[in-house]
Amino acid sequence: MTPLTLQEFTALVSSFQDEAGAAIDGADSAESLEATRTKYLGRAHGWLKDISAKLAQLDKGDRAAAGRLFNDARLAVEAAMESRQGALAPARAGITLADPTMPARRAWKGAVHPVTAVIDEMIEIFRELGFTVALGPEAESSWYNFGSLNFPADHPAMDLHDTLYISDDLLLRTHTSPVQTRTLQGYAPPIRVLIPGNVHRRDPFDASHAPTFAQVEGLVVDEGITFADLKATLTHFANRFFGSTKTRFRPSYFPFTEPSAEMDVLCGVCKGSGCSVCKQSGWIEILGSGLVHPAVLDSAGVDSEKYTGWAFGMGPGRTALARHGIPDIRILYDSDVRFLQQFAR
Amino acid sequence: MNISHEWLKAFVPHALSAEQLRDLLTAHVATVEGFERTRTELSAFVVGQVVESEKIPETRLSFNKVDDGSGSLLEVVCGAPNVTVGAKYPFARSGTTMPGGLLIEKRKIRGFTSNGMLCSPRELGLGDDHDGILELTTDAATGTPLLDVLPLSDTRLVVDVLPNRPDLLSHQGFAREVSALTNTPVAVPAELGAIPLPPTAVIGAREAKAGAIAVRLADTADCPRYCAVVVRGVKVGPSPDWLRARVESVGGRSINNVVDATNYVLHGLGQPVHAFDLAKLGGSTINVRRARPGESLVTLDGVDRTLDGSVLVIADADRPVALAGIMGGKASEVTESTTDVLLEVAAFSAKVVRGGRRLVGLNTDASYRYERGIDDVAVPRIAAVAAGLLASVSGGTVEHMVVVGDMPAPRPPVSLRVARVGRLLGDVVNGAETRALLESIGFGVTGGSETFTVTAPSWRHDIARDVDLIEEVARLRGYDRLPDTLTGARPGNVPDHPMHTVSSRVRAALTALGLLEIRPLPYVAASGSDANVLVRVRNPLGEDEPFLRRRLADTLARRAEYNLTRMQGDVRIFEIGTAFIPEGSGLREEMRVGALVMGARRPAHFTEPVPPAYDAWDAKALGEAITIAAWPGARVSLAAGTAGDLWTVTVDGTVVGRVYQAALDAPIWASPAFGIEITLGDMPATPVAARGAHNYADRAGAAGGAHVRYRSLPSTPAAEFDLAFVVPDSIGAAQVESALRTAGGDLLESVVVFDEYRGDKVPPGTRSLAWRLTFRHPERTLREKEIEGRRAQLLKSLKEELGIVVRAG
Repeated sequence: MTPLTLQEFTALVSSFQDEAGAAIDGADSAESLEATRTKYLGRAHGWLKDISAKLAQLDKGDRAAAGRLFNDARLAVEAAMESRQGALAPARAGITLADPTMPARRAWKGAVHPVTAVIDEMIEIFRELGFTVALGPEAESSWYNFGSLNFPADHPAMDLHDTLYISDDLLLRTHTSPVQTRTLQGYAPPIRVLIPGNVHRRDPFDASHAPTFAQVEGLVVDEGITFADLKATLTHFANRFFGSTKTRFRPSYFPFTEPSAEMDVLCGVCKGSGCSVCKQSGWIEILGSGLVHPAVLDSAGVDSEKYTGWAFGMGPGRTALARHGIPDIRILYDSDVRFLQQFAR
Repeated sequence: MNISHEWLKAFVPHALSAEQLRDLLTAHVATVEGFERTRTELSAFVVGQVVESEKIPETRLSFNKVDDGSGSLLEVVCGAPNVTVGAKYPFARSGTTMPGGLLIEKRKIRGFTSNGMLCSPRELGLGDDHDGILELTTDAATGTPLLDVLPLSDTRLVVDVLPNRPDLLSHQGFAREVSALTNTPVAVPAELGAIPLPPTAVIGAREAKAGAIAVRLADTADCPRYCAVVVRGVKVGPSPDWLRARVESVGGRSINNVVDATNYVLHGLGQPVHAFDLAKLGGSTINVRRARPGESLVTLDGVDRTLDGSVLVIADADRPVALAGIMGGKASEVTESTTDVLLEVAAFSAKVVRGGRRLVGLNTDASYRYERGIDDVAVPRIAAVAAGLLASVSGGTVEHMVVVGDMPAPRPPVSLRVARVGRLLGDVVNGAETRALLESIGFGVTGGSETFTVTAPSWRHDIARDVDLIEEVARLRGYDRLPDTLTGARPGNVPDHPMHTVSSRVRAALTALGLLEIRPLPYVAASGSDANVLVRVRNPLGEDEPFLRRRLADTLARRAEYNLTRMQGDVRIFEIGTAFIPEGSGLREEMRVGALVMGARRPAHFTEPVPPAYDAWDAKALGEAITIAAWPGARVSLAAGTAGDLWTVTVDGTVVGRVYQAALDAPIWASPAFGIEITLGDMPATPVAARGAHNYADRAGAAGGAHVRYRSLPSTPAAEFDLAFVVPDSIGAAQVESALRTAGGDLLESVVVFDEYRGDKVPPGTRSLAWRLTFRHPERTLREKEIEGRRAQLLKSLKEELGIVVRAG
């Protein structure tokens, strides 16, 4: 082993540091920088390795000083390497945008129908209160649509439901309430369901009527249900759906509920002082509701002495018209893509 | 139902403003939907006082100085003979529009300035009096609005009376409610107070005769009670002002004193009254019977109506003279020349009036009330009032009154448990309050502290069981004075309907793919033989689309065409809805999802000014996406379609739908349209779980499918190579792929077809298909040799099995 003086070693290290530094500065791409790294710092064949091997040739007394010298040089070269790497990196990313304000490349955006959006929002709110979703057929027997729901036979109450018939006993349901009977027949209380679905009436298709429209029904049946549950739950719903608002309950009539009540919320436009939107009343009619009529429970085979319940029905189409300011209900049915696209998010 | 604030006051002298009345009725009785002040056309008129007046020579005119409260005197020319200095008159300032439409302006008359107008009653629309201007007897200061001085102002409330409350179809009916709610006793209106009672009635069970007239009832089921009153010596003419005002206050038109008197009873007391010209009733006889086959009647509206046995008629000795409870006949109508009137006040069966009304298609104020139910006990009393009223306004004399029929049977009492009231309304209403509230609206309440026996008054037809009484208690107390505490609830027993869960997933998938949801009408027209396989609505809205759709594709096609007619060629819509399939005498409902795409696959961008149009492969992808969303984890396959479809979609071997090219009535610029229709399931009428059972067990997991099993991520490198085969057109890519998978063995990770070439570099009838195959060993790196071996094995297998070889070069 040829002895090496500290002076010679120092010269070696300094020439390494100079050469490596020049090579690093001269590297103009990631590739040439990587080649430089291999040449000077490579573990297998690099200069660094060669120099470190020479440490053994030094006098024992000089080795500690030489080691420090060697380490400092290594760190300096590594730091230079790192900084050059950083300097070359943006060039690697490679693209420059002539005009970053040009539009993004977008995909088509989809949208749920505004009426579906209202239904989904209702379901979401009622889910928080433990409701599940029940469905039923659109073609019904007149018993399910009327008889089981305590409609008096051949009575003016039927005039409120101008009906489309398929045969003597088969009709298109005029409301989602037949699903109340089906649910009560199918399950034991407690029952807490929301029933969305399409219903059909023999109404002319004009700016404010459609022969087919969506309805959302709610039904709760259990022991100890009172009018307080109806008011509290529907008020909670109104607050969640419309933002904090005031509700008002007023007498109404549905054959299948008693007492029956319409629920209004404070007019969002005038906040109750009266305007053209609320026809000067200060209130907007939202839904019909009531305690489930004992005759409905009886006809579905539920003990009306043991169980009580409440129900409501709402038209999400009207709500959609109001919340989006749509002037004509037929727009909801036309399916013009320019209309539907407005609801894409 | 229109209610006049002033008229109601005559029945119950309450002190409520119209606004207070509106709020009270809405909260406790029935919803007041409209609210309009009457005579608003007079709101600009003020009280004016004539301060100076001088005749204009050689005319009927006077030149006056009028104080209108403005501080300066106005010069006014007036043509009336009764101008008196110091007197007050209705005054129209210039700028005021008269009820007749004339605009009052400052102008010169005979050289005199006229700056306003003093008004006669006729000019104000207050009657026919035009003999002079209307002198006001008032202490009010000049300039006071005229409506504050004259008792003309009224408010009309439009109330939505629902079918269960026919007792509210009159002012008297609302008066009862207001009386109870304000604790004000009801009153007899002043205009009825002066009417002398008619002579005692002649009463019969089925028939009765008094003086010249005889009444006979064929069936008291159709007509339980009939009162006929003869008023002789009437002079048909204009009504007195007060009667005219009443009729007009509810939006009616004054006709003559006889008709107005009957309308007063209709709107005031809720009882339909019909007036016959007695001279035109053959044999002075009233027969209440069903119409005979072949009979007809020309009704008051001039229409000749053919009748049958379902219609109840009033007949004289020979023929029908009125449709009972619906409309009178033209021949027996009261006219200017009528002198003797027969007034009919009767109770008819709701059912028979409803049947008759439907047959002839006439909905009248009378039929509306009869169908809902009138107060049959009150019939004779109201007959007396009606006759007295008619006599007093027409100068006639009440002669005879005949009452035929049965005294209505007393109402069966309803028993009411006080505890049940609390159970339904929350425990806030006690027995004493319950009793007081019911009694306040005329219910009879007897019995002990736990159970009441309640009898409804004769005008209420909606009280059959305890809950009907509880509703009365609730509304009279006020819904807003019932508790509304939100309390915890037991979880329900009903699982989500699987069709809801599935359709929600599909909707989310399709909107994420950029599609737009539609909710169209389900009606379609039929083309050709289609009619046999479609469900028809028996009474459709229009004969152009009388069928319910069997396929969503039809609806989607019409909606796409609608867009094309509006120059919208980029259509990407879907619907989740019901298809109606005839089955036996009924039908089956399927919940389906349908989608239709055409035009640009994505929005135009500066890097791609004309984006590619949707093609069949996009449609195939949508078909897969829908199916995978609907049946997560199931084996989905799209095989070559039949009957014109591009693909038939199967899930675990069951056909669920199709992908097709849609045939549209499209302009030439339109791109081809592609459709997908997948049946998600039947809409069963039956429950989705056994009664009383939860159905959550088989749907653990949010998506409703099996949970995905985790596979550990690879830690070894993969080996890839490509294979291009010359594949005859007779062999499907899926077939080759399946053979590759079989031959590739366990270590074959993926097989992807990445290129297709057709052209002169391959033999005709074939194409070159290239696959990329990825192999991986779970524990170690695959050796070169192993990969080579697999490659050779694959080539051998495909040659043997399908006879296809690697493409040369």
